[in-house]
Amino acid sequence: MHTASEPHPAPGREGECQTSIRLEQVSVRYRVAHERISSLKEYAVRALQRRVNYSDLWALNKVDLEVRRGEVFGIVGRNGAGKSTLLKVVARVLRPMGGRVWVRGHVAPLLELGAAFHPELTGRENVFLSGTLLGFSRREMAGKFQRIVDFAELGDFIDAPLRTYSSGMTMRLGFAVATDAKPDVLIIDEILAVGDEAFQRKCTARIEEFRRQGATILLVTHNRQLTQSLCQRAMWLDHGTVRAIGPAAEVAAAYCEATNAG
Amino acid sequence: MIDEPVYDSARRPSPVVEELLEAARYRDLIVQFVRRDIVTRYKRSVLGVLWTMLSPLGMMVVLTIVFSQLFKTTEAYPVYLLSGLIVWTFFAQSTIAAMRYFIWGGSLIRRVYIPKTLFAISAVGAGLVNLLLSMVPLILVMLAIGYTPRMPVLFLPVSIALLAAFALGVGLLFSAIAAYFPDVVEMYEIALMAWMYLTPIFYPEEIIPESFSWWLFNLNPMFHLVRLFRAPIYFGVWPAPERLAAAAVAALGALVIGWIVFTRKADQFAYRI
Repeated sequence: MHTASEPHPAPGREGECQTSIRLEQVSVRYRVAHERISSLKEYAVRALQRRVNYSDLWALNKVDLEVRRGEVFGIVGRNGAGKSTLLKVVARVLRPMGGRVWVRGHVAPLLELGAAFHPELTGRENVFLSGTLLGFSRREMAGKFQRIVDFAELGDFIDAPLRTYSSGMTMRLGFAVATDAKPDVLIIDEILAVGDEAFQRKCTARIEEFRRQGATILLVTHNRQLTQSLCQRAMWLDHGTVRAIGPAAEVAAAYCEATNAG
Repeated sequence: MIDEPVYDSARRPSPVVEELLEAARYRDLIVQFVRRDIVTRYKRSVLGVLWTMLSPLGMMVVLTIVFSQLFKTTEAYPVYLLSGLIVWTFFAQSTIAAMRYFIWGGSLIRRVYIPKTLFAISAVGAGLVNLLLSMVPLILVMLAIGYTPRMPVLFLPVSIALLAAFALGVGLLFSAIAAYFPDVVEMYEIALMAWMYLTPIFYPEEIIPESFSWWLFNLNPMFHLVRLFRAPIYFGVWPAPERLAAAAVAALGALVIGWIVFTRKADQFAYRI
């Protein structure tokens, strides 16, 4: 598993060191107002009339999960099953309302590429902006810059404003920024469909490389093939609760069967 | 590998402190946000940065034409006016920008973790850049009408720092409310207008009847902050200690309250906006 450049964790702490992500009884509740109240005036009126109705939606309900370092872990389930919420809880975007989330190392969320891009800024300016948004310093970004441009295959376009880019170029740049350095935990939400086929191969190769270097990968996808070929283990989420957890092939098969039957 | 950061949702410092540490860690992002604000504002305009200097000048010319006869007794009216106008523009711009950035940032904070106070901090940072730029026309006007600055101008950095603290506090407080009710931004803009008329920006303090003035001025933090900026540059005197104290209490009080309210609600924001 380990390459020469990656020494074994200190002995004695072996068990602790092998855990990359741990969720204990994690719960997330969305509060859905029956009528969308988006103004203070409206709220004041309704509150006076005691007509503010909520219903609770448990996006995650007491989920337990332990992912080891270097594991590629798949999450399957229908839309609204809580898959994205689970990724957000790990990425520290949402703080769970109950339970405990424990994550070791730098997390790179590939939730939506180029979320912070600004059309008026040049590619170069956007690279620095998104990099610092992911928690890197300006100095670190200066060191990564050329590699990012090369990987995104943008060449001279890097100094043109982003509004002149094609959507493929924007996505390439987004992927290149987010995955330049090996993260300890990589979170992927359905985005393996970036750019043309050649670039997709590059993306897959890069993810494969991270995996070899020991990064932990959380992968949400509807593609059964992908779950079985990339992941070692998987989890099936249904209405915020764990339906099954185990070897990827078995979980994917059980999920497929249930979906086709129902 | 031993220093790998560990995120543990169960073990965290108080959100008030945690946010402070995280904002410091993300300081490069603040610079990026400020840069983006300045660059995108001027990128596709011919006059560029000159706008920041021309707009208070234009305002000053118009108001001077309208009011200089009315307020004849006010010595060097353009300087009086401009010194107040700069302070007000900074305050209004940064607090509104703090809310607008924050609502805009909603799509970001649902995707990646970033300290949420960054939006207000960057708004105030961009406001400060504009404030410094608009000092240029003020100095030019002073020189043009033969009004030489005196030693107390050295006090201005303190005035500006307190002003920025106050703007940040107010910006954070209203951003927290705007996360729940976006229409607060519009209401705030209207209130801001009334607030400006209640603050001696373009009229001299003396025109307010004495029966109102004590209440009006002592309960208005912006009165103290405008005063603190004007004293060194327009009156050419060091601010009186009790006035400095009043301004400092208002500014730091607003900052502490805004910071605490905002950070204690910060976990909810990703769910709300």
